[in-house]
Amino acid sequence: MSFLNLNIYDFYQKMESNDIMLSFKGDVTAEMLTSMLQIMETKLDHLGEGNKVKRKVYNVLVECLQNLYHHRDEMKRKGVNEESAAIFMIGRDESSYNIVTGNYITTDRVLKLKSRIDHVNTLDRDGLKSFYKEVLSNDERGEKGGGGLGIIDIARKSKQKLVYDFMDVDETYSFFSLYIKIPQK
Amino acid sequence: MGKISIEGTSKTPTVLFDSESGVMELKGRSIPENSIEFYKPIVESLDDYSKGPKSATKVEIQLEYFNTSSSKCILDLFKKLESIHKAGNEVKINWYYEEDDEDMLEAGEDYQAIIKVPFTMIEVEEE
Repeated sequence: MSFLNLNIYDFYQKMESNDIMLSFKGDVTAEMLTSMLQIMETKLDHLGEGNKVKRKVYNVLVECLQNLYHHRDEMKRKGVNEESAAIFMIGRDESSYNIVTGNYITTDRVLKLKSRIDHVNTLDRDGLKSFYKEVLSNDERGEKGGGGLGIIDIARKSKQKLVYDFMDVDETYSFFSLYIKIPQK
Repeated sequence: MGKISIEGTSKTPTVLFDSESGVMELKGRSIPENSIEFYKPIVESLDDYSKGPKSATKVEIQLEYFNTSSSKCILDLFKKLESIHKAGNEVKINWYYEEDDEDMLEAGEDYQAIIKVPFTMIEVEEE
């Protein structure tokens, strides 16, 4: 019945009840990211989802997965191995697509990220628009582009408050979870 | 002066630029993980072009998707165009969006608000 204390039927049912379309745990490499995007694009097409929602889901997926990818890349460069892995799930219910991501971050970065998301959550549509423009036109560049726009963009496109959690893991790491809802209407 | 002709992929746009005609086109998807690497040659040739631009430059942007990592690079392109415009040359940017794509329309409006170059939003029918 159990393998390493894992009841797979229980696992299956949990995923089934949340209508999980795709889930992944491990290193989000460039290849993995590309495959997941392809799978999701095909699935959204097969579901006959309208263009508007499809585009939003796809856009948010790109930002989420690329966040995980860049984060992993950074961890690897620092020589971190085990904690470079992440978890990702996308499911849906009657009213929305639901995305969850989880990854380790060093605890010293929790405060900055937390206040960033809290700030984004205080903003309405116009507020998000001006914050986006402000960050877009400042000269900060991440090594590969981004520069802190991801979270703002996710909030803007999903039009929902971002739900998150930071859990203490040990002296060095916390586990960051982000829950994103994209309404189907 | 050069020409750019990059064929689009599932993650990167088709890019055409001809410094003789002063026309640049960006079409498709722009969602690479490393946008700086992808846009570097394009920004560089626009930089070269800005040293002796045509009297009229036209830029057509018709993107289906772009990620936030591309958005700063696209702004870099627009800033080059802004400096060409500032130097007294005609520059036009046409930003295409599908009729129900409010996010792409808003993205265009964001750039329009930041960049001082004649910017036209053009609605196209869904494919």
